[in-house]
This record gives sequence, structure tokens and C-alpha cells, in this order.
Amino acid sequence: MTKLWHITTAISVILLALAYSNSNAGEHAENIYQTYCWQCHGMNGDGKGLNIGDMSVQPRDHTDAKEMSTRTDDDLFRAIKEGGQSVNKSVLMPPWGGTLSDEDIEELVKYLRILCKCQYGKSS
Amino acid sequence: MNIVRIIMRVTAVYMIAGLLIIIPAYAASGQAILNDRCSTCHNLTGPSPQTIKELQERKGPDLFYAGNKYKKEWLEEWLQAPKRIRPAGMYYGKHITPGVERDVLDTSTLEPHMAVTEEDADEIAEALMTYKAKSELINMGEYKPGKISLSMGELMFDKFRGCLACHQIEPGYGGLSGPEMYTAGKRLQEDYMMSFMRNPKAWDPKIFMPSGYVRDNDLAKFVHYFHALSEENFE
Repeated sequence: MTKLWHITTAISVILLALAYSNSNAGEHAENIYQTYCWQCHGMNGDGKGLNIGDMSVQPRDHTDAKEMSTRTDDDLFRAIKEGGQSVNKSVLMPPWGGTLSDEDIEELVKYLRILCKCQYGKSS
Repeated sequence: MNIVRIIMRVTAVYMIAGLLIIIPAYAASGQAILNDRCSTCHNLTGPSPQTIKELQERKGPDLFYAGNKYKKEWLEEWLQAPKRIRPAGMYYGKHITPGVERDVLDTSTLEPHMAVTEEDADEIAEALMTYKAKSELINMGEYKPGKISLSMGELMFDKFRGCLACHQIEPGYGGLSGPEMYTAGKRLQEDYMMSFMRNPKAWDPKIFMPSGYVRDNDLAKFVHYFHALSEENFE
């Protein structure tokens, strides 16, 4: 009985720690998004950022599940790290690999999936 | 005759002593103004923001490397009649609100920069020129003057590199989150521009301008372009 109690406690602690680290990771990704992405992709993530007035190509609407579900997580990672041109998109999306770490970008990709409420191949 | 010589010598000694007192007081004055009136919003000692949160809270440009960054003549003029250089402030995220077509600036949240007298401006500029942190990032004399046409410069700035997304190349044309570029040629030292474009992160670790983006071969061409833009006197 005592052994069962110990195992239950240990599992609870692990689950709590995971939940805490996930929420921290989410908050970190949100901070990154607000700092580096809002300027073009907008406060709502809908591609209507402050800077778009004179842009020849409009930024991706990250809330567009249909469009975002056509991109794999690797596509999104690459577009952020190496810029739009690396995935045959606009030069207006610069490469952020010199600024953000791979871990930051991985968190950003997860955050984009929250914004679009979608996964690759699944728009709803 | 001897008396005249003695009087002349004594006068000279007094004059030199007077100068020795006045010169340090003059130099210290700009520093005193910086400490008293500028340090609330400007970082005079470094380091630059080390976290995103610190970056978002920054109120004015870091000045601890001002002597490597700004042109003294520009500082003297600008301080007497300051005009906003970053249309959306230091961190745009604090000054925008969602709009119908796009996020819009909330200018009511932007504070004007104080103006100072000509004398104070000269003294502040003099003091700022002694702020030489990060000199190791400057390759003195790296920039060699040259020319580029406005059309070629714009092609590079907009179509090839996409810089127009965040920077204006004339009032009302271009992005708003970064500093205006049509005054950069008058405002910034050339070797600094080369160094900053090469690696913004080295100067300002969390800045929202991508690092490692401008090719080495293009650095000088961009500076030529900023000079050409400045000569248009858009301001």
C-alpha cells in the first residue's frame, strides 16, 4: 500500500513538473512571437501587422487553419530559421536563425499550431 | 621693463590656470546633464537588454556606445529639435493596437523627447563622443566612400533583402517597427552601420532585426544607399 502511495506521488510530481515546464515554454514562445513576429504577422497572428502597409506580399495568416495545415512542422521550422526564400516564399520573411536558437524555433512552431488550431494535414 | 615682464608672466599663469579649471568643467557639464536628465530613459553604462522582457521595457536607445554610433554634428542638431526616429517607439509592441486592416500605432502612448539649448546640446554631444564601448566591433576605416543610385539601392533594400518591411526609406513609405533609414546617413557613423548590419546581435543581443542577414559584399552598398537617401533631405 505504501509502495503504491509512493508511485502515485512520484507520478503526480512528474506530471506537475511537465505541466509547469510546458506552460513556461508556451509563455516563452508567446514572448518571442510578440517581440519578433507581431511586427508583420500582427497582434492577433492574422497577418495584419503594423508593417504591412507597403508590403508587396502579405504575411502569412497564422490563424488560417486551412493554409497552415498544408505546412509540415519542418516547413515552419525552416521558414523561421532560414527565411521565406528557403521554402520558396517571400524575401520579406527574414531568417531568424541568427537571432533565435533551434529550441526557441521549435517552441515557436508549437505556438503556431496553437494559433492555427491545426496540425499538418488536419485543419480542424 | 622687468615689471612689465612680471605682469605678463603672472597674467599668462592666471590664464593657463583659468583654462585648466574651465576645460574640465566644460567637459564634465555634458556628463552631468547626461546623468541628471538622460539616464532615466537611456542606458549610459551597459549592458544592452539581455532578455526579451528587458528589451520590451527599454525606453530609449542605449547610449553607452554612442561615441561609436552617432555623428557628433547630427547629435548637436537633433538634441535641439528632436524628431522621432523610430515611428513606433523603442519596442513597437507597446504602442500598437489591432485595427480593421492592420495593427495601428497608438501615438498617445509615445512620449516626445525633450529639447535642449544649443550650449547643452554641444556639451552633451561632446560627452557622448567619449562613450566608446564595443569598440572591438568596429573595424575603423572599413567603409570606403562610394555611390549607388537610389533605384539600385531601393532594389537591394526592398526586393533583394526585404528591409523595407520594417524601415521607412522616405516619410510615410516603409515599415514602422524599425528606425527610419532616410536620416541614417547623417545620423550614424559609417563603420558603425557596417558593423551593425553585419551582426546586430553583437550590439544589441535581443533586437528584433535579424542577424547574419546582410551579405558582407552588400554592406558598403547599403551605406552608399543611406547616404543617397540622406541627400534627398526628406526630413
